[in-house]
Amino acid sequence: MTSSYQHQGTGRDYQKNLLGAWYRRLENAPRDGTPVAYLFISGNIGELLRSFGFELLFPEVNALQCGIKKVSGGMILKAEDLGYSSDVCGYVKNDIGLAATGNRGPFGALPKPDLLVCTYSGCNTYIKWFEALAELYGARLFLLDVPYRRTGETQRQEDLDYVVAQLEQLAAVCAEITSRPYDPDRLSQSLAHSRAAEDLWVRILESARHRPSPFDAFFEAVFFMAPIYVLRGTRECVDYYEAAWKEIEERLRYRIGPVSEERFRVVIEGPPPWPHFRNFWELFKRWGVCCVASTYSKVGGIWDFGLRHDPARPLESLAEYAVNCYTNWDWTLRRQMLDRYAATYQADALVIHSVKSCRAFSVGQADVREYFTKTRGLPTLFVESDLADPRYFAEAQIRNRLDAFFEALEHRRLAAHRPEAARPGA
Amino acid sequence: MEPLNFFWEEAKSWDELVEKCRTLWLDPAGSTVRAWKQQHPGEKAIGCFPVYTPQELLVAAGCLPVSLFGGRGQVEIDHADSHIQSFVCSIARSTLELGLAGHIDWLDGFVVPSICDVARNLSGIWQHNFPKGFVLYLHLPQNVDSAAAGTYYRGELERLRDSLATLTGRPVSDEAVRRAIRVYNRNRALLAELFERRAARPAQWPVVHVYALAAAGNLLPRQEHNRLLERALVLGDANLCPQRDVVRVALRGAFCEQPPLELLEVLEEAGCAVVDDDLQIGARFFLAPVAEAGDPLMALADAYRHRTVLTPVNNPGRRSRSDDLLRRCQEKALQGIIFASPKFCEPALYDSVLLKRALEGAGLPVLEFEYEEKMTVFETVRMQAETFVESILFFSER
Repeated sequence: MTSSYQHQGTGRDYQKNLLGAWYRRLENAPRDGTPVAYLFISGNIGELLRSFGFELLFPEVNALQCGIKKVSGGMILKAEDLGYSSDVCGYVKNDIGLAATGNRGPFGALPKPDLLVCTYSGCNTYIKWFEALAELYGARLFLLDVPYRRTGETQRQEDLDYVVAQLEQLAAVCAEITSRPYDPDRLSQSLAHSRAAEDLWVRILESARHRPSPFDAFFEAVFFMAPIYVLRGTRECVDYYEAAWKEIEERLRYRIGPVSEERFRVVIEGPPPWPHFRNFWELFKRWGVCCVASTYSKVGGIWDFGLRHDPARPLESLAEYAVNCYTNWDWTLRRQMLDRYAATYQADALVIHSVKSCRAFSVGQADVREYFTKTRGLPTLFVESDLADPRYFAEAQIRNRLDAFFEALEHRRLAAHRPEAARPGA
Repeated sequence: MEPLNFFWEEAKSWDELVEKCRTLWLDPAGSTVRAWKQQHPGEKAIGCFPVYTPQELLVAAGCLPVSLFGGRGQVEIDHADSHIQSFVCSIARSTLELGLAGHIDWLDGFVVPSICDVARNLSGIWQHNFPKGFVLYLHLPQNVDSAAAGTYYRGELERLRDSLATLTGRPVSDEAVRRAIRVYNRNRALLAELFERRAARPAQWPVVHVYALAAAGNLLPRQEHNRLLERALVLGDANLCPQRDVVRVALRGAFCEQPPLELLEVLEEAGCAVVDDDLQIGARFFLAPVAEAGDPLMALADAYRHRTVLTPVNNPGRRSRSDDLLRRCQEKALQGIIFASPKFCEPALYDSVLLKRALEGAGLPVLEFEYEEKMTVFETVRMQAETFVESILFFSER
């Protein structure tokens, strides 16, 4: 991409600046007297907390930052020294290790929580993680219980009513801590921003339907999605997606994309191996692979099937959102999503990156591989490593599997396009 | 095929009764359940994944609840490998294997409670591989202090009850649920009595024996298990054994996946009298009887929210797991705690870190190790346990 383009690089650089500024606000929160709430990306009901003036901190995002900056290994070892098993989630251990070494990471210093909100109970590890932090910081813990979204049923009203009732209780807790009353108008204004950002984000995601795709829906999406996860509900978040969309529009206009020549279009299931992110991406780029749809970009919200935050129904739409984050869908719904992505985005293959740390994500992926290869006839590559723990990334092995897979796909394609007479036995 | 016989009525001695229960437990293919189905044509046997499933509703619906505790070391993983990864606990893998290999083809349905991420996802794998079977994922509330959790969980129970009624073609009355609650209250009272006797005289009531007697309840109709336990209490009283020099310990971590019986034997041989444990805790989940009058679904919901034992997979709410364990240590005059976590069981592995810290702060000795269903070598555990016992006997002030 040359400098004659006006908008290229915006998506990456702008989000980097936004996140930098957000981390500085967090660093200054104790000095500024700003209350801080810790929460998770899944079921992230940040708009409600922000309406009370909380600054938000996401331990998961800190963990992935440590991963991508290659400092997670040391943090994980520190947590293992403190008694955590080698078999538990690397994100949790990264965070415990970080807290035990002064809570200062590549992003700066982190404030202590005034409130811990476990925004999603579907991941048992989340609950355990915040129970440990509650003990460590002596902070109040609010557990938002989010029922699993099960197939064969339309959205159950009981599930939503239960979450709404808990959001009302959470609002009362926030009012008590911040001495500010619950302000539904303020929340609605914030949700209007959320909705605007969601419309733009979906437009970016769906741009990958074009051939070639202007956008890698996994390796680039992880940067492009950051603002909608950590700053959703703010004006600056909407501004970001307006600018990012300009970048995508320009790419469409000039038929430019994340790989110089798009040879394979894939759907990716599973999170990235953060400590080896770039190497992992390079393995795909060498084969001209573009990810056209991914499930990881839906962990913080599924908006491409029509759901939106709704300023007219603030708590109800927050509940709908929380119930419908990706890992809160049961396997039938997840399989249907992958099926739909493969068809809509005209994918040549499915790639599953199975991570040991996150059982909520990964248990069942082997079964999905069976389904896609045997029932759907979609070539499926299955590789295993981890999202945080660098010890689990066996690069040579992953490279071999990947090369063999795409070589076979290429061979299959050549064989299919060979003239009839040239085929053996024809 | 052997018919379901009522061996407890015939048993002449404690050892004979225990041996029969042990054989029953070590048959994960459940030939007794197969026999029950033959004797009750058209009736349904429903699998329940640990830790806790409200089996009262299954009984009220006329079904036989069967707790699925995996392969109990008796099953080779073959078919399940291509459906579930190797970094997953044995119980999930071997339960799936039992299904895929056709060992438990008598199973008419599967209820999976929301105890952990693996169990939750296993419900989806099961549904996909057994599309004609009945699979119900039950959301146990986590925000137990919220009044909304009571209403919500009552709704979940209603959903389970109505799904079972659809499956069997018979409605489930409130009175039928109350009757089942009475049967289970009686069962919990008998189990409590058995465990209390063991805590008072551990040599007379060896942990593996008590375990086998309790385990039989996972495969038998619960009212029959009540009769078995009544008989066991009589026979056990006559089974006099000399007291040994032992240390009184609690065992934690085995609430879901079960350790091999040999491991319990090794602990006992090393001098650990396990007088407080969470083995198969689902059958002993409530600290007080469930209300037998009024709305039976609300009674079950209230009991779940307020009167459960604390495990790593149910939420303590305002209670504290550490305080609870420290209090039990005091009440039962415990001299040490053993954390035996199943390999890859995240809830147990997370909790043990915090609990250990609390125990060490209170000066209580802790031993920790991991186990697997297919574990066959116990020498390391034996050595660790012997050292643990000696350190308490010779150096501890407790």
